[in-house]
Amino acid sequence: MVQTGMFHKVVVANRRAAAARVIRALRDLGIRSVALYSDADRDAPYLAEADEAVHIGAAPAGASYLNRDAVIAAALAVRADAVHPGYGFLAEDATFAERVEREVGRFIGPSPGWIARMGHKPSARALMAEHGIPVGGGSGPLADDEAALFSAAERVGFPLIVKPASGGGGIGMVVARHPGELAAAARRARSTVRRAFGSDSIYLERLVERPRHIELQVVADRHGAVRTLFERDCSVQRRHQKLIEEATAANLDRAVLDALASRVAAVLGGLGYDSIGTVETLFAADGSVRFIEMNTRLQVEHGVTEAITGVDLVATQIRIAAGERLDALLPATVVPDGHAIEARICAEDPDRFLPSTGVLEVFRPPSGPGIRVETGFAEGNDVTPHYDSLLAKVIAHGATRAEAIARLDQALAGFAVAGLHSNIPALRRVLASDAFRAGHTHTGLLAEIGEKQA
Amino acid sequence: MSRIDIQSAVAGTVWQITAEPGARVGAGDLIMILESMKLEIEVPAPGAGRLSLAVTEGQVVSVGDVVATLEPV
Repeated sequence: MVQTGMFHKVVVANRRAAAARVIRALRDLGIRSVALYSDADRDAPYLAEADEAVHIGAAPAGASYLNRDAVIAAALAVRADAVHPGYGFLAEDATFAERVEREVGRFIGPSPGWIARMGHKPSARALMAEHGIPVGGGSGPLADDEAALFSAAERVGFPLIVKPASGGGGIGMVVARHPGELAAAARRARSTVRRAFGSDSIYLERLVERPRHIELQVVADRHGAVRTLFERDCSVQRRHQKLIEEATAANLDRAVLDALASRVAAVLGGLGYDSIGTVETLFAADGSVRFIEMNTRLQVEHGVTEAITGVDLVATQIRIAAGERLDALLPATVVPDGHAIEARICAEDPDRFLPSTGVLEVFRPPSGPGIRVETGFAEGNDVTPHYDSLLAKVIAHGATRAEAIARLDQALAGFAVAGLHSNIPALRRVLASDAFRAGHTHTGLLAEIGEKQA
Repeated sequence: MSRIDIQSAVAGTVWQITAEPGARVGAGDLIMILESMKLEIEVPAPGAGRLSLAVTEGQVVSVGDVVATLEPV
């Protein structure tokens, strides 16, 4: 069913920075917003930014933001006609999306079938491979069977990476460099995955050494139109989690990127993808490119794409979900305007990246030309161990990459945080490094800079 | 050699205890895994000794809490 009426009231099933961003988009569109909060977020500024706020449970995510029943009950109680999941939590939970569509109204994202289709990573790989997108060496899903694990690993080859079949956020990914490490890696991955995602299915991928993580922003509507809005380089990572992201990617052949983007748009168009989404790939040092996964949701790092394209991706996602057409939402051609870089400010110590909790005794985000800050915290708020460590995102936009780096570094230098540790010094070390400045990014860069420092 | 108290470096919960109480452990052996901010924090033995545990799985810990002790053997 294609619904063309705009929503009246949307429940934002998320917290802090993600919730604040969606609430802002809803306000811009003249739609009433409803914030949800757990015991740990009673002090959060996003609650006042929404038109209504509903308490949904105790601090642990399983009792609140991951509690499908509680979120749906809240949506029914406020008579919402749509739910926006933000990113993380229930954003890629197909069961939740189906229930929202059946019991509440529209799930602001793709049709629920797409979440299941892309959420199972080995199936997504197979689907892309079938349509001519390179996927690199890997296995299908592996049940808990040691013989099958070892024979799959022999086919894939070492070094390899063990990944959860359904999951995300870099959780449960374990590298095995040789057969002697495989059993322990698989055991570790399964135990993490069972706890985080409730399924212990894993799969293997051949490890690419020092790759660049390049992802394509896809924008598709419910009428068959699919476009891409350039790429993001998200290579600066720790523990398989992104820390610095930029648009567009430096030092890559534009023709190669454009060809990849058209191929991806053609495949997703043929299959009928119908929302915004992100196709993640790895670019190896030898120039080869492989698909790793597709996220069927808004991405944390969407802001850098917004900065260079002028497109509000969240508002676009909401309007697409309401049935609007892409040609009415995007200009006929989008030319990238300058360069944008985002840094994720996390509550963790800048050397070992250990989580740091406590009260934000000082929290003064920077401002300046070309600087945008997305946060869900305010001075005096308590940062608890219940959720991820993201405190804020700082996005710097400049005419050139060098200007974006300079603006970001200046903004980070002026970002006052006290009461707990933040990773700001580590982010600034990356920005100051010759490798990053030269655009020679790869997923091992942050660790290499840390080793040099030690 | 003296007794070594192992303290938690984070606020979080004890997710999994991976070593047996009373076991002799060596430096670097994994004793337990804590969880904080959606991350698993491994707690390895800082030295050798006989392990006694001060926490149970699921217990909430703060920074500096003693989670285990190594007795000289």
